[in-house]
Amino acid sequence: MQFSEKWLRTFVNPPLDSAELGHLMTMAGLEVEEAEPVAPAFSGIVVALIVEAEKHPNADKLKLCKVDAGTGELLQIVCGAPNAAVGMKVPCAKVGAVLPGEFAIKAAKLRGVESFGMLCSERELGLSEDHGGLYALPEDAPIGVDIRDYLALDDTLFTIKLTPNRADCLSLSGVAREVAALTGVALAQSPIAPVVATIDDRRPIVLDAPLACPRYCGRVLRGVDARAPSPEWMKQRLQRSGIRAISALVDITNYVMLELGQPLHAFDNTRLEGAIHVRMPLVGEQVLLLNEQTVTPAADTLLIADEARALALAGIMGGEDSGITLATSEVFLESAFFAPDAIAGRARAHGFGSDASHRFERGVDFDLARPAIERATALILEICGGAAGPVEEAVSVSDLPQRKAVSLRPARARRVLGVDLDDLTMQSLLERVHLDVRKDGDRLLVTPPSFRFDIEIEEDLIEELARLHGYDNIPAVAPQGTLVMLERSESGRTPWDMRHLLAGRGFQEVVNFAFVEEAWERDFCANEDPIRLANPIASQMSVMRSSLIPGLAANLATNRKRQQNRVRVFELGRCFERKADGQPVAGFHQLMRLAVLAAGPVLPEQWGTDARAVDFYDVKADLEALFAPRELSFERLSDPALHPGRAATVLLDGRRVGVLGELHPVWVQAYDLGPAPVVFEVELDAALLAVLPVSGEISKMPAVARDLALLVSHEVSAARVRSVLLEAAPALVSEISLFDMYHGKGIDPDKKSLAFRVLMQDTQRTLEDAEVDAAMSALVRHAELTLGARLRGAGE
Amino acid sequence: MDYLEQLVQQAEAAFAAAADSAQLEQAKSLYLGKSGSLTEQLKSLGKLAPEQRREAGAAINRAKEAVEAALDARRQALREAALLAQLASEALDVTLPGRGVSAGGLHPVSRTLERIESLFRSIGFVVADGPEIETDWHNFTALNTPENHPARSMHDTFYLEGHSDVLLRTHTSPVQIRAMIAHVERHKALAIMPDIRVIAPGRVYRVDSDATHSPMFHQVEGLWVGENVSFADLKGVIADFLRKFFETEDLQVRFRPSFFPFTEPSAEIDVAFMSGALEGRWLEIAGCGMVHPNVLRFGGIDPERYTGFAFGMGPDRLTMLRYGVNDLRLFFEGDLRFLSQFR
Repeated sequence: MQFSEKWLRTFVNPPLDSAELGHLMTMAGLEVEEAEPVAPAFSGIVVALIVEAEKHPNADKLKLCKVDAGTGELLQIVCGAPNAAVGMKVPCAKVGAVLPGEFAIKAAKLRGVESFGMLCSERELGLSEDHGGLYALPEDAPIGVDIRDYLALDDTLFTIKLTPNRADCLSLSGVAREVAALTGVALAQSPIAPVVATIDDRRPIVLDAPLACPRYCGRVLRGVDARAPSPEWMKQRLQRSGIRAISALVDITNYVMLELGQPLHAFDNTRLEGAIHVRMPLVGEQVLLLNEQTVTPAADTLLIADEARALALAGIMGGEDSGITLATSEVFLESAFFAPDAIAGRARAHGFGSDASHRFERGVDFDLARPAIERATALILEICGGAAGPVEEAVSVSDLPQRKAVSLRPARARRVLGVDLDDLTMQSLLERVHLDVRKDGDRLLVTPPSFRFDIEIEEDLIEELARLHGYDNIPAVAPQGTLVMLERSESGRTPWDMRHLLAGRGFQEVVNFAFVEEAWERDFCANEDPIRLANPIASQMSVMRSSLIPGLAANLATNRKRQQNRVRVFELGRCFERKADGQPVAGFHQLMRLAVLAAGPVLPEQWGTDARAVDFYDVKADLEALFAPRELSFERLSDPALHPGRAATVLLDGRRVGVLGELHPVWVQAYDLGPAPVVFEVELDAALLAVLPVSGEISKMPAVARDLALLVSHEVSAARVRSVLLEAAPALVSEISLFDMYHGKGIDPDKKSLAFRVLMQDTQRTLEDAEVDAAMSALVRHAELTLGARLRGAGE
Repeated sequence: MDYLEQLVQQAEAAFAAAADSAQLEQAKSLYLGKSGSLTEQLKSLGKLAPEQRREAGAAINRAKEAVEAALDARRQALREAALLAQLASEALDVTLPGRGVSAGGLHPVSRTLERIESLFRSIGFVVADGPEIETDWHNFTALNTPENHPARSMHDTFYLEGHSDVLLRTHTSPVQIRAMIAHVERHKALAIMPDIRVIAPGRVYRVDSDATHSPMFHQVEGLWVGENVSFADLKGVIADFLRKFFETEDLQVRFRPSFFPFTEPSAEIDVAFMSGALEGRWLEIAGCGMVHPNVLRFGGIDPERYTGFAFGMGPDRLTMLRYGVNDLRLFFEGDLRFLSQFR
């Protein structure tokens, strides 16, 4: 809510400057978002009357004006404004004046004619962007008066951000009430006197839905001049509250809403037929609203209707057909209480909101309808003339909000807040904000006033105490606790360990959106039925990702466009799949994954190593390092994202935990990903498992190493050969590791040569040549039988 | 000068002239070899008379020792020269860059989250986690957010097609509920429930996108529930955290009354730096408050017996303040030129 400080000070005027007043409100929960001066600094500018306006003798576009600025003599001022005319009142900067931007006005000669000052536009005074001509002041503006005083420019615009529980501060009098309570300065608000009816016209009111509308005041006014101008002070206050002045009747209803917090509505009385009904809609009933939108309100949306038709959405927006116009002379004024539950969410359901619905859904003082209609009536009669009928008030007292006493235990308040406030202080704090407090044993029974909708339980009162005592006055203490050490498992690594490990291997972490383009899911994951958002922010963020890989591929594409050809990125994030019995939310599988992408040169450009593109085995080493010391196994894989010949399932203890491979050339081309990016993606939980090391015996006996080169067909994997060798290995074989792979010149083109080193050892004794030879023969024989392998160099 | 002295001088000159060990060994053989000059001299002793033999023998031996000494000295000198030459030839340009793996790095927000975790761990908080596709009940109902609350509208919350009761969590607060329920279950056999002290970092989602709002961003939820946890404790923990996080005492912290459905009293936490580019400006960095009794009840905890505080802070904002990042969107664009600054 935005308002003028000067207006606020007409209600309550504490001895605080603007900044202090702003701080006070902020610290009371009325957060001041902005405090802007109404006008920039300037001086020496007064109201002046243009007495003569002749053409400048030496310039077509300039005028030579004689101006009465209240100085006792006419000032000659050269002016270029197109609207400068005799009889006009304008702001005049006299010689010695300083305009915004420290621009000093001096006597000057313009095209050979002397000029003693400057006539100003709104923009030149920093009041608006209007520079079409001079700022035309009202005819009754007093000549010679400083424009700052005349336009009340020494004012601050406060914009406060109110939390939804503080609807009682959605008006000047509400804010003033709060400021008075906080400062102890008295409210200068005079009570609102009823306007005595001078005509008998009345319109009956029927509360058909008394729970939704337990109070409705209406009044007929006749002979009203809707074309009468709104007074300057009212227009100014409205403007400074961010509300455009429109016409007197509209301005008055807005003004009273801002002043008191009661939304009002003015109907053209001649458009109404019979009694006013406040009721729920009939099936299919339509209303044409002021904003020219025709709506079909839902069954729980309250209407204002007459005997012929629906007129308005109660507490939300008036109707186009029944509203006032400049031709209106008979007004039916509405001032009602609509229950928050009957208004909340209804405007939003139709895709709009209004100042009225904003207030009603948060809670308007249910005792305010009558004073507000009296206030508005008085203003209408004063500004637009006419005569007022009696106030017709329909009320269902039992349906008005109940104000029950809330019990407060001072001891609990002290415990929750951690402050030492005594009972009496609590009582007086609460009474300052018009809460009714009675003592009842060791409790305080507190009854809120009709304008507070946020006091229902003890915590509401504790909050009120905290606020009134001042959050700043609650100490900040180091809490006391029982010291128990946190668990720290050594066989579980943290996601941070993973991040640092990958960072240490040259990968940069990224964070990508969890919602992605549907095409990514289709292309990279063959996912034709992704989890779709009902209300995506954009089509490229419309489905939940089931893999991190497409996001990393997009990172690669983006960075390639920015001349970054060496890309090594990783992400830890959730992926989403459908799963009927998913945990903890049924229907969804939400798994943390870790994925890596590497593309471009394996090392940054440098002198020391030959340049080489990153390949499958580089990234495989990164993957293996992530799981070390546990060993992964790998199997050929067919995956839509990956090159069919260069893709592997990642297995840990025989369980599938992820994939590794080169991106499929089709997607590499389609998404412009450059040469052969390699990726892996694994379940984060699998990578976090570690094993507690167990110490074994170190042999004092020398080990024997023998090499073994086997020729096998291309389709036989190295892992398969090794596992076959291990099957046949006697106990003395401690390790078999691959150290060379060769195909090409010198061997059968259908074959490859795999060279293994076999380590043999006995911890207790030195091995004999014979048993070593026997072990090697056993290995070769088993490989020959099982895999059709041949010893390389043996009779080729 | 007699002949022996001449020989010694000649030998010394020959050794000095030898440029390498091969030449030296050749020169040595001229004097000390089988038919070298000094060897010949020794052989000729037999021709002398016995009384002359001793004297001449001693003289020859002195000459031989002198030649051998000269030889050793020259050998040593040649070895040293050879070593020096080798070392000189092996010299490197020590200014060339080291060979090897380039450095990667953590995402700047991860750096912040890791710091937050470790600071809160140091006073006994553990890390909790919750799903990002969350039930409406956990995200709103159990957090005391009524049916008609504006946050529940499609304007603020992402919903999933075909599901009315699930959504993308709009905050990390539902982890409070999950943590409370799990904690109560774990300790139900005990007479006094141990304090709940958890933080829950994670990604959250809201329908919002501009320079200061991202449809996905990070939050860290904190929750401490115990028998005597007060608002004063909340102020103490948060103020302590902020000073430790920013590593400065040069920081003002302000708790300002606010409203959240799931806490009461509620506060916004503002910080202001007393120096630097942001000097004197209040910056909103978190919301907090005492856990609302309805929320404790939804978590299975008796609000008469236990009280607690909760906070939700924006690590993205903290990261921006700490490292001087001025556009939130940079965090989610994956631009290596930006990200690689945080190594």
